[in-house]
Amino acid sequence: MQITTLTLIIAAMAAGAFYFGRERSLSVASGPSRMQTLHSLPGYYGYYTAIWALLPAMGLLLAWNLIEPRVIVGLIVQGLPDAEQSMSPGELNLLINNIRNLANGDIVSGEVGTVLQDAAARYLEYANTGRWMLAVLTIGLATLCASLAWRRITPKFRARNHVERVISGLLIAASSIAILTTIGIVMSVLFEAIRFFREVPLSEFLFGLNWSPQTAIRADQVGSSGSFGAVPLFTGTLLITGIAMFIAVPVGLMTAIYLAEYSSARIRTITKPILEILAGIPTVVYGFFAALTVAPVVRRAGESMGFEVASESALAAGLVMGIMIIPLVSSLSDDAINSVPRAMRDGALALGSTRSETMTKVILPAALPGIVGGILLAVSRAIGETMIVVMAAGLSANLTANPLEAVTTVTVQIVTLLVGDQEFDSAKTLAAFALGLMLFLITLGLNVLGIYVVRKYREEYD
Amino acid sequence: MSGESTVTTRSKVERSLGKRRRKESIFRILGIASTLVGVLFLLVFFWTLIGQGSSAFLQTFIEIEVEFSEDILAPAGELDLAYADFDAIARNALREKFPDVTSRSERRELNQLISVGAGYQIKDAIAGDPDLLGTTLLMQVPAAANVDMVLKENIDRNLGEDRRPISDSQLEWIDALIADGSLVSKFNVALFTNGDSREPELAGIRGALMGSFYMLLITVALAFPIGAAAAIYLEEFAPKNRWSDLIEVNINNLAAVPSIVFGLLGLAVFINWMSIPRSAPLVGGLVLSLLTLPVIIIAARAAIKAVPPSIREAALGLGASKMQVVFHHVMPLAMPGMLTGTIIGMSRALGESAPLLMIGMVAFIVDVPAGFSDPATALPVQIYLWADSPERAFAERTSAAIIVLLGFLLVMNLAAVIMRKKVERKW
Repeated sequence: MQITTLTLIIAAMAAGAFYFGRERSLSVASGPSRMQTLHSLPGYYGYYTAIWALLPAMGLLLAWNLIEPRVIVGLIVQGLPDAEQSMSPGELNLLINNIRNLANGDIVSGEVGTVLQDAAARYLEYANTGRWMLAVLTIGLATLCASLAWRRITPKFRARNHVERVISGLLIAASSIAILTTIGIVMSVLFEAIRFFREVPLSEFLFGLNWSPQTAIRADQVGSSGSFGAVPLFTGTLLITGIAMFIAVPVGLMTAIYLAEYSSARIRTITKPILEILAGIPTVVYGFFAALTVAPVVRRAGESMGFEVASESALAAGLVMGIMIIPLVSSLSDDAINSVPRAMRDGALALGSTRSETMTKVILPAALPGIVGGILLAVSRAIGETMIVVMAAGLSANLTANPLEAVTTVTVQIVTLLVGDQEFDSAKTLAAFALGLMLFLITLGLNVLGIYVVRKYREEYD
Repeated sequence: MSGESTVTTRSKVERSLGKRRRKESIFRILGIASTLVGVLFLLVFFWTLIGQGSSAFLQTFIEIEVEFSEDILAPAGELDLAYADFDAIARNALREKFPDVTSRSERRELNQLISVGAGYQIKDAIAGDPDLLGTTLLMQVPAAANVDMVLKENIDRNLGEDRRPISDSQLEWIDALIADGSLVSKFNVALFTNGDSREPELAGIRGALMGSFYMLLITVALAFPIGAAAAIYLEEFAPKNRWSDLIEVNINNLAAVPSIVFGLLGLAVFINWMSIPRSAPLVGGLVLSLLTLPVIIIAARAAIKAVPPSIREAALGLGASKMQVVFHHVMPLAMPGMLTGTIIGMSRALGESAPLLMIGMVAFIVDVPAGFSDPATALPVQIYLWADSPERAFAERTSAAIIVLLGFLLVMNLAAVIMRKKVERKW
């Protein structure tokens, strides 16, 4: 029996439980006319029974699905001949994959022996038994719990309070998912990163000047010793972020100033949505544009001026990333500028200063914390931006500050290390998680700082 | 004494006035210029995109007289769909048009004008109607990508023969085909009905679209209820304590965490720990739900906050429980705002590609996925894959796929704007 069918059956049972619970409440109140003797509305008794039919069974279903594959694999391994049981974990894993493929009728690598066929047959048998056990157990549990709940229904039974308690538990659970996500992120990058730092010392990772993650497969291979000095990645990220900020901060800020102080309302209503389009374009599209349109233009322009420009120059990626971030900077600056009290602006204008003087000498200093907070968020966005740099920046880790050369970034390396075939015990794959940890920590710091500054500043004038 | 000082201040001001006004106008021009940067970029962007991509919606076909020869299709007397050489039928049909092409190498060059898709099309035709065996039929089969590119003038004929992917004699044949009207340009249906392919003329976005569709389905099914529930709890029930503060900080921070980090989470938790298959829309949908959850929560909270307290007080006054107030009165009023936030979150999820690269949705997948656990890609990832291909024809198709993606985003955002306008109410 498929899981979807089982879920549907349980849902149908819950609907039935709702009906019977509601009916019972009416009958214990001896008819709809005497409904006021009930503590809660009849529907709540229905919900109460339905919840008892649904929740325990669904919980069992979920837990079963997490545990079952492991149990089956354990049983299969136990049943294998001793020769196979003593294999290394990697080989064993391969064997189990083969057994699973054979059982599912997929392609099997290598020869199909009797051992394999026996195991596959047993696999199918276990899976089949498991499925039936699950079906019987969940349906039984749903029936049992629902009927127990059904029997509790009396006129004095406080069904609404019970139902509301369950709902509020669900609400709390939903809001805790944010925390679980953060914990999940930290755990998933931290564990692999720790494994990485066991192989490569932290100091080498943080201060090493050489990044070439290709590790040798054979001991006698040349040139692929695998060195994990991440400094070139950090400088590359900083270079591209710097170029992006060099564009985005002045342009975004001046746009915000112009739209807040100078432009007519009509221009504002046209321009703001246009800038929002800029924010809504997917980054992969920016990346395509940077790689195929901007990079050749930058290269030709540079070469006509006599510079040597790499075809994947940091400049092209940075320029496009800067454009992408303009709306972020301008909207956050706009918030900061607009939250400066009118009285300050009017006072400055009344003293005879021009509008630009009011802006640069009164409003901007007052709005500065908000703007700085916004810029911090923009920097964090630029550091974590992936697609533009994957498509338009290079792969080779150059330690350079020249924007015309190709550099690589933290995000580019995470992508190149993790896309394609991977084994989870090589330093090469684990390095991606170490880089992810760095990325998470740095952006976390910038975000917390940025959000704090923006928030604190906003409160001051409220 | 004092009179004299007023005069000097005044004259000082007047002397500096010209300079100050100049500064003012420079400042203003800088403001206009900055605003124009964004607008100009968009103009250039859309102009190049449409210039590059619009031609991909048309596709060149060759009209050939296909002979469903019994010798090839039924060598043993019976129709043999599995092993018959359908390409040979297409090749023979094209050769009919050029009887003077005889040498082997010339023939091979001539064969390159037809796409391998011609064989499939012939196979489908005879599979659908076995009576065709032994007859001839005028068919329009897809031309090879290079022929298409010559017709769209994306390959420069004036380059030397060794610098273009098509030879002089092939160009001659193309001209001959144009002259007798055998090359027709039709709407590129394959772009919307096919999965990915190594041959540009057969590659389509159907697989990627379906992948994106399945992922968004999971995302909306998970992120909307969870996001709405979290927003309700935080706005209506959460006590002011450390736990609520912690949740709040977490949500704000998650909204700004780089999307690629969510991909790492998906790889470590959903694939390695829960062993959900790689490349499946299921994993993609789960990751995208986590990614859009903060966006939806923040929008939903704003919508709930906008419901005036008088509504709650009136309901409470009539004896409703706190839960009834929220679910019977506040929720219906906040729903349009919540849905708007959800649509915006979905449009962000549709454009996201970095986390999907981490969970193996970048594979080359020809088959259109038919479920939540089939291997799939997503539309933005397809764009990334095609952008990497060296063929000129793929660049055109990438632009076309981008136009389709932007079209979807535009529709979603318009829906959000219209919904906001329609239900916006002032209390």
